[in-house]
Amino acid sequence: MADTAIGDMYKLLLCWRYLRTRWIALASVISVTLGVATMIVVNSVMAGFSHEMQTRIHGILSDIVFESHSLSGFQDPQWHIEEIERAAGDQIAGMTPTVAVPAMLSFQVRGQWVTRQVMFIGIDPRTHAQVSDFGQYLQHPTNREQLSFSLREGGYDTTDNQNPTETPTRPALEHAGWPHRRMRVERERLWKERLETKKSAENSATRSVDQQVQAVLAATSPEDISEETPSDATEDGESRKNPFQTARPAQGRVMDLAKEQFTGIVPGIGLASFRNRQGVDQFLTLPGDDVKITFPTAGTPPKAVSDNFTIVDFYESKMSEYDSNFVFVPIEALQRMRGMIDPQTGIPSVNSIQIRLKPDAKLNEVRDRLREVFPSDLYAIATWRDKQGPLLSAVDMEMAVLNILLFLIIAVAGFGILAIFFMIVVEKTRDIGILKALGATSSGIAGIFLGYGLFLGLLGAGAGLVLGLSITYNINQIRQAVEWCTGSRVFDPSIYYFFQIPTIIDPFTIGWIILGAIIIATGSSVLPAVRAARLHAVEALRHE
Amino acid sequence: MSDLEMPPKIAPMLETRQVCKQYQSGTTTLEVLRGVDFTLEKGGFLAVVGQSGSGKSTLLHVMGLLDAPDSGEVWIDGQRIDNLPGREKDRLRNSAIGMVFQAYHLLPELTALENVLAPLLIRHGIFDWFTQRGIAQEKAKVLLDRFGLSNRLHHRPRQLSGGEMQRVAIARALITDPQVLLADEPTGNLDEESGAGIIEALAELNRDKGLSIVLVTHDADIASQARGIVRLSAGTVDIMDSGAADSAA
Repeated sequence: MADTAIGDMYKLLLCWRYLRTRWIALASVISVTLGVATMIVVNSVMAGFSHEMQTRIHGILSDIVFESHSLSGFQDPQWHIEEIERAAGDQIAGMTPTVAVPAMLSFQVRGQWVTRQVMFIGIDPRTHAQVSDFGQYLQHPTNREQLSFSLREGGYDTTDNQNPTETPTRPALEHAGWPHRRMRVERERLWKERLETKKSAENSATRSVDQQVQAVLAATSPEDISEETPSDATEDGESRKNPFQTARPAQGRVMDLAKEQFTGIVPGIGLASFRNRQGVDQFLTLPGDDVKITFPTAGTPPKAVSDNFTIVDFYESKMSEYDSNFVFVPIEALQRMRGMIDPQTGIPSVNSIQIRLKPDAKLNEVRDRLREVFPSDLYAIATWRDKQGPLLSAVDMEMAVLNILLFLIIAVAGFGILAIFFMIVVEKTRDIGILKALGATSSGIAGIFLGYGLFLGLLGAGAGLVLGLSITYNINQIRQAVEWCTGSRVFDPSIYYFFQIPTIIDPFTIGWIILGAIIIATGSSVLPAVRAARLHAVEALRHE
Repeated sequence: MSDLEMPPKIAPMLETRQVCKQYQSGTTTLEVLRGVDFTLEKGGFLAVVGQSGSGKSTLLHVMGLLDAPDSGEVWIDGQRIDNLPGREKDRLRNSAIGMVFQAYHLLPELTALENVLAPLLIRHGIFDWFTQRGIAQEKAKVLLDRFGLSNRLHHRPRQLSGGEMQRVAIARALITDPQVLLADEPTGNLDEESGAGIIEALAELNRDKGLSIVLVTHDADIASQARGIVRLSAGTVDIMDSGAADSAA
């Protein structure tokens, strides 16, 4: 009994009493609380953004992209697919060839031509959905199951199918498809009729034969899109069996635009619409409208060719970079129009092969294996992470810097605890002397202050955890409240392609934050505790 | 009382041998104790008197293990204690020695009852405490009751009068059943009546329980109530009128 005479019950009691009677110490608890709460909120929101972004990036990019350096691409994708299969087939779930070229997209809005710079991507509608989440991002439910480049008879989603409850509806899409196309053709026909009757009335007034001839010529001018005969850039248009070919009229025949379509394309939703300040999408053009696309041919030097296309659906990955850049087209149509099919052998060329791996496959291992097989001066082989490397590492960097800065807040709180504890040690000098006179050991005295620091750390971190989690869980309501109070937008959905601030709460991160805060709080009390323990009993008792 | 008296020369309760203590104050050295020989027999009650600065309090602190002597020895019940390791000294302070101070030295955050329990709280661990708590609290209440404080159990020190605080301090010194009680001017801050009460209580403890007591005071009247008087002068023992001589007389 005598050997274990020194216990620690008094430490607990005194810690508790000091905590209850020293309100100044609670000031440092508040700074720990705020630091912890801020770190939890920032980390959760950043993780949410980062995850959302990675999902988007990964959604459009397949796991591994196998590309040629040249715009003309490489020949015989089938052979390449077989070689890739031989090199790493055990880890590959699916592959699809694509052709991607820079292009100009032009469409008419109320009589004015709008031109956008785009990436024109030829995809295989049968296999493309297997290698990326491409299909999920389309606006027509049937297209999401199996994409077809033929215009649908209506039925496009009027809500954002990825987030139907929280986003405004898109009433413009209700009539999209064939009904919209028929209406447009009819309107153009009526407009032209009116123009003609007006002109003929003027002409009859002047009674000039010359003018009459001019008017007729103007009315049938080849600049009018509805009168135009689609041009065909390919040499062997009829020779190959092409499902998209059937939609095209035979050379020289006038196309009935109300019943027929050009080659279908799926542009990104950001190309065809803009999002206003209320977050409502305003559409400039709709599925069923015709557009012109100008793109370079294969071969050297590339020549620009143009063709007409019909929008059949919109693509919305919610990555604005992609949604305002990509236009998808059937790969065979693009190959044909660019002259990428060898006229002798009929073997096509492609720019790249998209590879999707099996769920448990090792991304970098497969990439390295392919790099061994294929020479790097001919092929660029990269994972989706490599492709977006600068962006992803920028986000990681941002998060690291933010975490360091925010952790400094807690460190500042630690210095607050240090200062307050030194004050408390001075204030409690006599009590420390009393405790020593009653037989408390030096380590016991130090223990009181360390325990006090630990208490403050636990209290601060605990309150911070509660505060941080409740802010994170309700961040969108808080955002709305702030927007309501200030009248300005905190989170502008016209910039981000999601309507809610995304958050991910990672228990591991939170654990580290809490642990760090507690260590800082306890660590800050070490110096005052040592000082208290070293006080001389007699001098301490004399202290007033 | 003779049955409580141990035969002299066996082992005194508390003994100092040639204790020296000096303080460095800037460039000057202050010799407070210059070879003090002091003996307290078991069951003795000695008053230490002397002028201010004669080293009374320092001697008491050395005996109470709050201060270490520069040279010389301190013995308690036949055991040398001044050279023990720190932890052993802490344990002795917690169990064998009870101390009472002029300024009461109660812990302001604790109630009267908790102050009395403080030495036991220091002694026991958290789990230990839950088994000991009932007995300890009962003992503390009995002690406080004996000093007429049973209606002050849950008062904080600042709610108590000086006399009450000093009685709480004495109860705190006694809760550990110490072998010796060291009192440093316990009446110094009290009015005459309260002071007399305190001295009476100490005398009663010595008489009824046989508690060995050292009482430091500068008041001759109070000193006369002890069984023996030791006069300190300029850091040495001037007159040693031990309790043994007193009882023999």
